[in-house]
Amino acid sequence: MEQKTKVDARDGQQDLVITREFDLPLDLLFTAYVEPEIVEQWMGTKVLKLENKKHGGYQFETTDPKGNKHRFNGVIHDFISNSKITRTFEMENTPFAVQLEFLEFEELTSGTSKLTMHVVYKSAEHRDQILKLPFAQGINMAHNRIQEILNN
Amino acid sequence: MNLRRDVFQALADPTRRAILLLVATQSMTAGAIASNFDTARPTVSKHLQILTECELLKQTQSGREVYYHINAKKMKEVADFIEPFRQMWDERFNKLETIMKNYQSKK
Repeated sequence: MEQKTKVDARDGQQDLVITREFDLPLDLLFTAYVEPEIVEQWMGTKVLKLENKKHGGYQFETTDPKGNKHRFNGVIHDFISNSKITRTFEMENTPFAVQLEFLEFEELTSGTSKLTMHVVYKSAEHRDQILKLPFAQGINMAHNRIQEILNN
Repeated sequence: MNLRRDVFQALADPTRRAILLLVATQSMTAGAIASNFDTARPTVSKHLQILTECELLKQTQSGREVYYHINAKKMKEVADFIEPFRQMWDERFNKLETIMKNYQSKK
């Protein structure tokens, strides 16, 4: 089966490209990025601020299973309806540097559309660190499982 | 034993990467591995211990000798480190698609 979401992250590069084709008309795909209550649903975050315009800003907040709140924010550099969003992304209170995101929205057919997300990181090392975040969690889960088995 | 040792930290060291290359094609004893390096034997032992702890190497007992060999499954997991990141986005986008299909039919 072909994967719907693709990540192209070349070795030693400080950027990556995420692409995804949707069974949605272009305007609906774009709406999912614009309407705060919809963003909240699919991103699983609370939207504290979302100014969809050039020189606008946004701030989201997530709550982890332990009840800790994590905020992330950015500045919207460019905003063209049904076409593109250029923005920065920063996780607050973490050592991770800000990243730059170029989002491009395209119509494929009247009922399908495509999103291309080009993310630029501070360095190649920094990119790989971010990529390993979900991986590291997976490893820890595997290790916790091993510990459980050993303890029983 | 430190179960939480970071596999990527283990791979960051050039000597450890050289050890993995060395045992990639054949199982070797600690002594045979150490003879390929100028570093002191205890240093090589420490590297072997780290690689074994993060499961990149496996040990097999054969008589009185312990042989080290590559854990291919683990190596593959490391090569695929982008996969969890891809899955995370895939799940988010699937959700987006479902939400917007419902949104469309409500309009």
